[in-house]
Amino acid sequence: MVRIGLDIGSTTVKCVIIDEKNNILYKTYERHYSQITSKISELLKTVVKHIPEGEKAAIAMSGSAGMGVADACGIDFIQEVYATRVAANTFIPNTDVVIELGGEDAKILFLSGGMEVRMNGSCAGGTGAFIDQMATLLNVPIEDLNGLAEKHEKIYTIASRCGVFAKTDIQPLLNQGAKKEDVAASIFMAVVNQTIAGLAQGREIKGQIVYLGGPLTFIPQLRAGFDKALKTTGICPENSLYYVAAGAALCAEKTVDFADAESKIEHYKGSGNFAFNKPLFRNEQELEEFRKRHDKAKVEKGTLDGFKGKAFIGIDAGSTTVKGVVTDEKGTLLYSEYMSNSGNPVPIVRQFLTNVYEKCPGIKIAGSAVTGYGEEIIKNAFGADIGVVETIAHMTAAKRFMPDVEFIIDIGGQDIKCFKIRNGTIDNIFLNEACSSGCGSFLQTFANALGYSAEEFSKIGLLAKQPVDLGSRCTVFMNSSVKQAQKDGATIEDISSGLCLSVVKNALYKVIRVSSPRELGRKIVVQGGTFLNDAVLRAFEQEMGVDVIRPDISGLMGAYGAALYAKEKMTAGRESTLLSLEKLKNFKHEIKAVNCGGCSNNCRLTVNTFSDGRRFIAGNRCEKPVTKKAPDDSFNIYQYKLKLLGEYQPVEGKRGKIGIPMGLNMYELLPFWHKFLTKLGFEVVVSPLSNRKLYLHGQQTIPSDTVCFPAKLIHGHIQWLLDNGIKQIFYPCMSYNFDEKLGDNHYNCPVVAYYPEVIHANVRGIEGIKFFHEFVGIHRPKDFPKKIHAELLKYFDDITLKEVKEASKAAYAEYDKYINKIRDYGNDIIKRAQQEGKEIIVLAGRPYHADPEINHGIDKLITGFGVAVVSEDIVSNKEAAKVKTSVLNQWTYHSRMYAAAEYVSHHKDMNLVQLVSFGCGVDAITTDEVRAILERYGRIYTQIKIDEITNLGAVKIRLRSLLATTGGEKQ
Amino acid sequence: MAKLVYDETGRLIFTKEMKKENYTILIPMMAKIHFEIMKNVFVHYGYNCILLETEGPEIAQVGLKYVHNDTCYPALLVIGQLIHALQSGKYDTNKTALMITQTGGGCRASNYIHLLRKALVKAGYDNVPVISLNLSGLEKNSGFTMTVPMVRRISAGLIYGDMIMALDNQTKPYEVNKGESHALVKKWIKKLTDVMADGHGFTKNELAANLDEIAKDFAAVKVERTPKIKVGIVGEIYVKYSSLGNNNLEEFLYEQGCEVNLPGILGFALFKADNRLEDYKLYGGSKVKYIVVKKFFDYLSSLEALIIESQKKYGFRPNGTYAHTKSLVKGMVGYGSKMGEGWLLTGEMLELIESGFENIVCTQPFGCLPNHINGKGMIRPIKMADQRANIVAIDYDPGAPKVNQENRIKLMLAVAKEQLAKKSEE
Repeated sequence: MVRIGLDIGSTTVKCVIIDEKNNILYKTYERHYSQITSKISELLKTVVKHIPEGEKAAIAMSGSAGMGVADACGIDFIQEVYATRVAANTFIPNTDVVIELGGEDAKILFLSGGMEVRMNGSCAGGTGAFIDQMATLLNVPIEDLNGLAEKHEKIYTIASRCGVFAKTDIQPLLNQGAKKEDVAASIFMAVVNQTIAGLAQGREIKGQIVYLGGPLTFIPQLRAGFDKALKTTGICPENSLYYVAAGAALCAEKTVDFADAESKIEHYKGSGNFAFNKPLFRNEQELEEFRKRHDKAKVEKGTLDGFKGKAFIGIDAGSTTVKGVVTDEKGTLLYSEYMSNSGNPVPIVRQFLTNVYEKCPGIKIAGSAVTGYGEEIIKNAFGADIGVVETIAHMTAAKRFMPDVEFIIDIGGQDIKCFKIRNGTIDNIFLNEACSSGCGSFLQTFANALGYSAEEFSKIGLLAKQPVDLGSRCTVFMNSSVKQAQKDGATIEDISSGLCLSVVKNALYKVIRVSSPRELGRKIVVQGGTFLNDAVLRAFEQEMGVDVIRPDISGLMGAYGAALYAKEKMTAGRESTLLSLEKLKNFKHEIKAVNCGGCSNNCRLTVNTFSDGRRFIAGNRCEKPVTKKAPDDSFNIYQYKLKLLGEYQPVEGKRGKIGIPMGLNMYELLPFWHKFLTKLGFEVVVSPLSNRKLYLHGQQTIPSDTVCFPAKLIHGHIQWLLDNGIKQIFYPCMSYNFDEKLGDNHYNCPVVAYYPEVIHANVRGIEGIKFFHEFVGIHRPKDFPKKIHAELLKYFDDITLKEVKEASKAAYAEYDKYINKIRDYGNDIIKRAQQEGKEIIVLAGRPYHADPEINHGIDKLITGFGVAVVSEDIVSNKEAAKVKTSVLNQWTYHSRMYAAAEYVSHHKDMNLVQLVSFGCGVDAITTDEVRAILERYGRIYTQIKIDEITNLGAVKIRLRSLLATTGGEKQ
Repeated sequence: MAKLVYDETGRLIFTKEMKKENYTILIPMMAKIHFEIMKNVFVHYGYNCILLETEGPEIAQVGLKYVHNDTCYPALLVIGQLIHALQSGKYDTNKTALMITQTGGGCRASNYIHLLRKALVKAGYDNVPVISLNLSGLEKNSGFTMTVPMVRRISAGLIYGDMIMALDNQTKPYEVNKGESHALVKKWIKKLTDVMADGHGFTKNELAANLDEIAKDFAAVKVERTPKIKVGIVGEIYVKYSSLGNNNLEEFLYEQGCEVNLPGILGFALFKADNRLEDYKLYGGSKVKYIVVKKFFDYLSSLEALIIESQKKYGFRPNGTYAHTKSLVKGMVGYGSKMGEGWLLTGEMLELIESGFENIVCTQPFGCLPNHINGKGMIRPIKMADQRANIVAIDYDPGAPKVNQENRIKLMLAVAKEQLAKKSEE
């Protein structure tokens, strides 16, 4: 008897036939382009032909996409990780660990020493689909990625947690001129780190390692990355693509009637039902009326042919496309180009400008402005006159179509930008956060995956009968939902319109967070390339119940706005500095990557050199590498905090060294514990400020990949202490924080409160040392000494209560002293800023947001704009009464934010910017509330979501928009 | 419509007049058996309560529309279910109130009621009062008072619910005549409702007698005890019990041929009471409060003993006691870890493994904070303590497709099946 195994993966189908001695007789590997059922039945037809004459054949199916189908056609289903294990045990019996990457999932199997299987959970970056997406982004065929990576010189840090994240990292790198070779290698390294961090979860990967699955088979550089990270040499066996299929075959016991199974598959309809929305258009006529209505929003157009007047140029160097326009003085559109950004915008813009000059020889350029991600490099490269922040550019353009516009929503390739407009200025800004896909590139990715061009794909959905309800979530989830809907009988039309709907829902409910059209006002302009898609536009109108205006140059609005802005800003007598045709011809551009040694941030800089010797540096977080001067920190409370905390140095003592991990609440309690332990005779060793290396060092022991980044960092700090021979570590659990009388209770969030438990349970290294992680209550100073004494005795039996009482007294005093110092300095910053007429930003977060690895230098970025920075705790004690909140105000750190928001609301020279850690559950509640407090008084709320890696480009846009609105931008 | 009365903080009160006008009170679903019995207690006391049995994807969609999308999934569903009901047109929204539990504590969950009120304003139902169901005197309403007799009946409902759930889970997978166990569940919900409406069934003696009767009834179901994969379910309380929250997890496991074990809700109630005692021990505080809470704790513990006694008497596997579960986590996680399900979550996993349910689904809403610590965070030491542990952590949220969840559960089941085969060989 032979046995047949099918592996129906997320992107491919694999099939093998094995004989009784486990030899593979036949194998095949094909992509299925989501046509799963037809592919399976086709496959079965072929396979049958390869069964040796007269042999009986048992069959089993595996793979995530085959689950429902297997049941329906009576074939046994074998879970794919399990199948892999069976195959590995059979073919390579001495295997210790299997690492398998598939189209949409990643798995690690520990086979020796306590079998365990791990599979990526709900955040599913770092897989084949991710690498595909990245190749698209780099505009190279996936096969070439490996060759590129071979030639890399350096590695950039890229988030691979999800494609959206990574895109926001990679795009600016490309825009700033990073080399594709380096980016390709960095992408692989990101996948490696993601797999290890996400799946190892405290277990060491060592011994004989086997690499399986498509990406690891086809990309030697990816294997090399794993080898390097794991300090080993793994093997990629023959048939590495077929392990799941072979495993299924090995498990196959049941013979089936092939003809019957085939017909069952052909008639398989899944559950036959899926959630759907009402159709976008009931009939052709409705569609026609819709089109007619939107045809009216047209810009006046002219031509460059023989144009004689003053011309203005606007360029929008966006994340996936570059747009350029030429207008006359009245704003008539003379010429435009919409170009795909294949990674480096410089040559594209050069071509655009050359085209303009050639189409209209002798054209008089009176002004030029650049906006978008590539603003800086393009401005520098071509001598453009003005850089304008995207939000302002778009508003300028929108007003042209609707002077009293109240709301603008722009959905581009990568980002969603929305702003409310009040009294002619931007009043509120919403930008999409890290974990919200749903932009143009999202639709494009799906279109391509299903074998369509983006344009075709958008058209087929218009008259769909039952647009699939896909919700509003990340691309990875969407992939599986789409496949499920297809299995359940949704047509490609239904899927197309369903995806368009989900883009809209994502924008409305996740980014803007509206619940009714009233909130947006009635006068709405929509723009951005994605709204050129009629299905998206219709879905938006339908969902909001309001007719909107879509300018015919919807995709060009940024560039058009920039041109209008240039016209506005080019005062009489100012000559444009834009490169002439001649200079363009000799234009050269060289890129070099270096590491800045200016400070501990060690920013990776890309130095662009242009033909006339001009240089442009990108990737910097402060002005130091450009001006060669140290940044001025005298208006930066975050730097002051770091300086003060740095003063708590070890003092030799009779009880020896004790370590404190510098993270989470230690950012504020270090003075307390340092004093307390020093008084008790311990030499307190504090782990250093976080950096990338320190983080990577501890990432193997993180058990929950969705916990916030500040918590993940703790693992690195503990590891550092262990590596430095520390045998005693002090990291207590604390349900409660100090009661500052700002709220109804004074909790820590669960993660801050109990993270020591996670360390205790997951870091193997602490097993042989004294790790104090007991529960202590500093909120009850009277009970504290006695209670903590009892806990300390569990570890150190010679400590007396008298000692503890004295140490406690000193600790409380030290804490007060520290807080007062911070407050005094903060107040001084405020005073000096007021005297100098500087704007003040209250950068509100948690104490640990002072960690430069967490805040990514955002504090310095803000002071770089000439604005003073204080933190929430500087102003939180200035409100006389408890702030009225509509949520339960019960966390000490968050109570401060509510109080700070209230205070800022009453002070016109201050604005509040809230730092939010990605994955912070508590902030889902606080962000809305802080916003509500500020908006109650008509103030602007700005939120910055930060994670492991943060794209400062988006942060800059946000801050510049805020400052442009408040008039504080001094640059 | 009754007059709208607000308290000094601006909260809309559920007034006596509203009760008199027979306002409909909507209750979101969590654990079907328990909630049904407890709802009937409210009905008996003259509240026109309706337990929502609505399901389907629209509920999450409504939730997503009115609640911050990063908020935990249970909040999205509970609030979604309530607003979905208000929008359904089935109820006169001028004569409807909502009821939701409020626990307090450092977890986000203590904010559900506030998020619900915010959502109501957004959805245009700011005239709908929300009743907080709590035992700590958090929010008061003149039209709704938890009297001592009510508390006793509710506590009894909890006990009955735990008992019926446990026995059904032990019987259903093995019954010879399909549906018998389920019929008993129905029968007893009805019977207990009537008994308590008659003013009986909640004293200790009556409880003991009824629990015995229930056990006797279930023991009479004809069963065939073939070896089955034993799977325990633990996790965040809502997704653990609510089929709406966990995509019908219990049913799925049952269809896969497993025997399921869901530790009861009483353990959670004991845990929440015990937290106050532990707080006193860890940090100090009022001795008087300690004594009062201890009394309540002891009362609940004595009820727990009744369940176990009846289970033993009729040959069922007895529920693990709270005290024993608590003793199991010693050294693994501290008793101060109290937010959300706290150390109890770890303890339940250990207890399940000990009693032969080494295959566990640990359910949690995506990004659930306490779960990072006591769920996913403790899987490693649990495995170190007992190699048999076969735990899969599943995240639930509106975007997590069922197929992915089921695929991961199937992986756990594949390993479990192999272990079961090994065991039967031995």
